[in-house]
Parts: sequence; structure tokens; C-alpha cells
Amino acid sequence: MCNNNLISLDQAEIGDCIKIKRLEVTGTMRRRLLDLGFVPSAKVVAVQKSPLGDPIAYEVSQTIIALRKEESSKIFGEVVKNESKTDD
Amino acid sequence: MNQKQTIKIALAGNPNVGKSTLFNTLTGLKQHTGNWPGKTVILAKGSFSYKGKDYTIYDLPGTYSLLSNSTDEEVARDFIVFEKPDITIVVLDATTIERNLNLALQVMEITDQVIICINLIDEAKKKGIIINENVMMDKLGVPVIKISARNKVGINLLLDTIDRMITGNISTTPYQIKYSNEVEEKLKQLIPKMDKIVGDDISPRWLALRLLDGDESILKTYMRRKQMGEGEEKSDGYK
Amino acid sequence: MGTNNELKQYDEIINLANSLSSDNLRDEIVTNIYEQSKSICNQTIRYQSPEKLRQTEKLDRIFTSKIFGFPIMLAMLGVVFYITIAGANYPSSLLANLFNWFEGYLTMFFHWIHAPEWLYGVIVLGLYRGTAWVVSVMLPPMAIFFPMFALLENYGYLPRVAFNLDRLFKRVGAHGKQALSMAMGFGCNAAAILSTRIIESPRERMIAILTNNFVPCNGRWPTLILLSSLFMAVGLPKTMGTFVTAAVVMGIVLFGIVVTYFVSWALSKTLLRGVPTHYTLELPPYRIPKFWQTVLRATLDKSLFVLKRAVVIAAPAGMLTWVAANIMIGDTSILMYIVQFFDPFGQLLGLDGYILTAFLFGLPANEIVLPILLMGYLSTGAMTEVEELSAIKHIFVDHGWTWLTALNMMLFSLLHFPCGTTMLNIYKETHSKKWTFVAFALPTSIAIVVTLIVAQVVRGFGWV
Repeated sequence: MCNNNLISLDQAEIGDCIKIKRLEVTGTMRRRLLDLGFVPSAKVVAVQKSPLGDPIAYEVSQTIIALRKEESSKIFGEVVKNESKTDD
Repeated sequence: MNQKQTIKIALAGNPNVGKSTLFNTLTGLKQHTGNWPGKTVILAKGSFSYKGKDYTIYDLPGTYSLLSNSTDEEVARDFIVFEKPDITIVVLDATTIERNLNLALQVMEITDQVIICINLIDEAKKKGIIINENVMMDKLGVPVIKISARNKVGINLLLDTIDRMITGNISTTPYQIKYSNEVEEKLKQLIPKMDKIVGDDISPRWLALRLLDGDESILKTYMRRKQMGEGEEKSDGYK
Repeated sequence: MGTNNELKQYDEIINLANSLSSDNLRDEIVTNIYEQSKSICNQTIRYQSPEKLRQTEKLDRIFTSKIFGFPIMLAMLGVVFYITIAGANYPSSLLANLFNWFEGYLTMFFHWIHAPEWLYGVIVLGLYRGTAWVVSVMLPPMAIFFPMFALLENYGYLPRVAFNLDRLFKRVGAHGKQALSMAMGFGCNAAAILSTRIIESPRERMIAILTNNFVPCNGRWPTLILLSSLFMAVGLPKTMGTFVTAAVVMGIVLFGIVVTYFVSWALSKTLLRGVPTHYTLELPPYRIPKFWQTVLRATLDKSLFVLKRAVVIAAPAGMLTWVAANIMIGDTSILMYIVQFFDPFGQLLGLDGYILTAFLFGLPANEIVLPILLMGYLSTGAMTEVEELSAIKHIFVDHGWTWLTALNMMLFSLLHFPCGTTMLNIYKETHSKKWTFVAFALPTSIAIVVTLIVAQVVRGFGWV
């Protein structure tokens, strides 16, 4: 897998579906993110920005979870599809 | 016999799955600590009777997992491990079962006496979600009941299942999470040693997993409790 | 019990576990659990209409939108306040009449048994009236506010508030969930202190605890509402008057939020230095709540809570106040000594000695501040009934009140030390005398400084 394709979650456009590749977070926050479903190979959709732009809400494992930039910028994955454009 | 033993039930579940609604439905007004608007942060305790048996029910904090990342998770986990409820009901949200099942699987690693309640079943129907609870029951090896706590659907079936589980008419064989060969290999080395210390008190497999994960707190708590007095009932410890 | 042997086994196990453990084990465990959950679900669940699962997202596009997010939030807050204020009037006076009516019989009874004057004073004028006031003034707004709050919470709107506001809280080093504990504070600060447990990181939680008091609780609402309707909405027709009252109260509330914001910032720069820690917030799906079930439970839980509090706290406080007002040293009551002591300082703040004394005696519960104040003014030694609002205004004006006095009393009520129950909870939650003291001293100093400035400015410009 080419590393150029990896983006962090905060860079995703609303509607993007991202398959998680790795987390560059440690300690409690890593554990928490894992528990919430931000596990490698999970698919995450960016669904909504808050009015002030941060945090951003992501759909992960059937639930909507909001993350601040501090965290979402450390979760990396590749865009697998953009829902708002096509579904074919 | 008027000195009846009350049966201890724990309610576990993710946040926002209607756990408190079920708690309220079961106990009515017989609650000892009101949980303040909606969210359960303190352990609420209530009681009810069914078919001549008295039950005390504990509403555990809503958590995503039992891997002890927060105080809430520790409270919930320690209650199931050390207070040994006779039955642990895991409440799932019918519209987000995939996420909720994680917690259920973790509870089933700790105890056999589990009932799965799929709540908000009416909501799921509206959203076109079809759940085959029989297949799920097969897979999970514990009773799976569809309910709607707020519309009082399936509550009788739940009560009946609780009753039959207590009287020993239902036996369970909970699904055990399989880990990678590497992890399973390590578990094989650890588990036999575990037996000597904890015996039947705590599932050795589960405890071994926690130790591999670097969490020694459970074993420590266990040893401390053991020294304080063999298996002393501490049912009011969470009043 | 072979403890040594066990300890040896224990060490052995720990060592073995440590040697077997690896860094990525947690990732592996959690990923495994997720995969197996997924596979079980794939075999048991079918989704017939995926588009229906998107409803929450569509609603979020409105409720948390760039354009509508904040206006909707403010509108909701305003509507909740308006309904509470407008709806509480009638039942309040109904309850007050009921208590008055019963007091007549109580009085007859005490005459009939030839009870001594002091006993009648302590029981009826102190205890009974204190309790009656709290119940009739507190219960109706509470019975309206809490169910509305519960409906919003059960619908799933409140987490969106935390979502919308997080950026602002982050900027001052606090947590978005502080918005939720603040929202609960509108009901009861003591309970809100417990609710800060939803904030995981200790630093942000402490900020939420120390600033929660700047959100006026139910016990302070009547003070705010009453003073606002007596002094700010003067000479307006009824509907317009209610509207202005609600607007002024909302202004005070917004000021409290500004203070919260500022104090949070100051704390995270000084006493509670540190960077904002990790943050995750679930936005649960919107669900139409069962209306009556929610309303009934909220009313029942909270009403019982209020009644208990009225009996446990307000009743003895009422009694104590009566005693203080009626035990004379020379020809002055104890209460008057305290009033005179505080008076110069009170005047400086645009208040007076009676008001500060009332706040002091009201430490157990904010609900009783106003009745104690009236009692002091009337020097009857007994709390007054809430029958005639215009009569109450008369009492105030007779004692030199202006709109400045009313405004500063509202500000002092908003900003001053938390009630006894709240401080007890703060102590229980923080296990620290130091932080409990900060929770007392910080708001009190702010209340003093703010009222002082307002009084001096207003007087300096000759506005009163």
C-alpha cells in the first residue's frame, strides 16, 4: 500500500469513507479510541462539522462520535469511497 | 420461610441504549438512588418481585467496554467480577447492535449468567432492521430477548427468562471470543497457573487476558478482598 | 492462610504475564472483539432500508449547522425559560393560597391549645412559613423546567449543544461536556457537581466543578424572576411584561455564561494549568421521547427531591432565622446586629446589610434568601407570604431600593458562593478542603467585585 494515499481523519471531506490503517496515539486515548471502534481496518465516515469547524463527527461502528482535531489528525487511513458523489 | 434471599441482577450496556428506561420499567418507583436527569453516573439500585422471588437490580454505568479505561468502566467491571450478580442483563440498542455486541461479548467472558436484551425493537422495525434472535441465541449461547422498555414490550418474557435462569431451567454456554493463535498460545501457558490462585472465583481465561494486557489491578483487588475475609458478601458496598 | 505462598504464586504469575505481554496486544484484542461482533451481526441482522438510518445525520445538518446551530440553541434556551416563567405564576399563587388557608387553621389550633407565643413563632411563623415558601415558589418552576429539560435530553439534543460549543470551551482549556453539566446546573448545582463525572480528565472536570455555580439553579430562579418582574418590567402589559422578564433573566444567565467562560480561561492559565486533554463525544440518534412517561418521571423524581430538601433544609433554616430575629440583646435582635454589621459594606456594593445577611442565612439553600430578606425588612420576625407582588415591591422601595439594588442583588445571587449542599458535594467529589474553599472564595470575590463596579459606575454617572 502506497503511503501517499493515507490521510488523517481531519483531512477527510464530509461524506468521505475512510478505512483506518493506523493510529498514532498512545496511552489512555488510544485505548479509548479503540473501544469506540477506531480500530485498524474499520471504516469511518466523516458526517458533520460543528458550527465552528471543530470538532468533527464521524460515524464509526454505527455510532456518531465527535473528535477534536488533536485526535483526528493522528488517525490515518485511506479514502475508500466518497458517499456524497457516487454510490456505484 | 420469610427470610428470602434476594437475587442480585446487574444491568450493563453502552450509553444511550435505554438501560435506565428498562431499570425504571422493572423497578417502578422502588429505587434507592434517583439517577439524575437521564444519565446514570452513580450506581442506582432498585427492587422488584416476580413469581414470589425478590430481586435487587443494579444499574451499572453505561460503558462501551470493560477494559478499564475510565472509572465508570472499572465500576461496571468490578461489580460483575466481585459482586457476582446472579444474572447480568446486557442491554443492546437494536439499531446499533454491532457496536453494542462488543460489550456483551466482554461480559460473557466474565460470567455465564447472561441475558441479552435487544432494546428499542420498535425503533429498529421502523428503520427496517430485521434481527433474527434465534440465530443470535444459537451463536451467543445465552438467551436473547427483544424488548421495548419504554413501550413495555417483551418485559414479561424477560422476567420469565430471569425466573427460569434462577431456577436452573436455562443453562448457558456463552460464546467465547477467539483470539489470534499467538495470544491463545500465551493464554494456554498462563491459565493453569491462574487456577491455583483464583479457583472458580474469577474466570481464569478472562483474568489471564487482563494480565497479558498489563492490567494487574483485578488480581490485586482479588487478593486484597480475599485477605479481608473469605468471600464476605459485600452486597451493600455500592449503596 | 498461606499468604506468603500465595504472594509467591502471585509474583510468579505477574512475571510470566509480563514476559508474555506485547505492545500491540490491546489493539489485537479490541480488533478481534470488533471483528467477531461484526461477523455475528452479519449472520443475524438485515438492513432493509439503509436510507432510513440516515435520519439523524439529516437532523444534525440542521441542529449543528454553521448557520442555524447557534440560533436554534439560543431559541431553545429562551423558549424553555419563557415557558417556565410564564407557566409557573399561576400554580405558584395557587399553592401559596393553599398554604395561607391552612395556616389560618394552624393559627386557630395554636390559639385553641393556648400555645405560648414563642412556640407559635418557631413552628408556624418560622418552620411552616419557611417550608411553605420554598414549596410554593420552587415547586412550580421546577415541575415545568425539569420535564422540558428531560424531554430535550431524551430527544438527544443536549449532546449537540456540547458538540456546537466545544470549540469555545476548548479555547479556554475546558471540555465541551462542561456545557452539559452547566445545563444541569440550571436545575440544581449540587446535582450538576455529580454530573461532572462525565468529564474524564481531572483538570477539565475541576474547571467544570469550580465554575458550575455561575449557572443559576432553581433555588435562585425565583429571586431572579421576581426581582426582574418587579423592577425591570415596570408598567408593561402582562404579556409584554413576561417577555421582558424572561429577556432580563436570560441576560443574567448569559452574563453567568460569560463569567464561566472567563473564569475557566483564568483557571486553566493559573491554578489549573495544562493543555486540553483527550476528548470524545457520542452523538446519540434522535429519538422522540415518550412524552408523558418522561414528564411524569422527571416531575416525580424532582418534586420529591424538592419536597425533601424543603423539609430537611429550609424548615430548620426558617426556624433559626425566626429565633435570630426574635432573641433580643438589649432592644436589638441578633439578626439586626448582623444586619447593622454588614450594612456599610452592603451599601458599598449597591446592596444593604439585610441583603448580605439574607445571603448568609441562605447558605443552606438559596431558596430561602428572599423570604429571609423580606422577614428582615418587616422586622416581624416571620417570613412573609407571597400573596401580593405589589406589596413586596412596596416593602423593597420603602427600604430604599432602586433598580440598581435589584440588579445587584440579581448579580450577587448569580455569582455568590454555592449553597451548602453544593459545597458538600464538591468536597465529596474532590476530597479536598483546598478546592472546596476555592469553590467558595472564588465566586464570592467575583460577586463582590462585579457588584462593586456596577454600583460605583451607576452612581458615578448619576443613573440612580
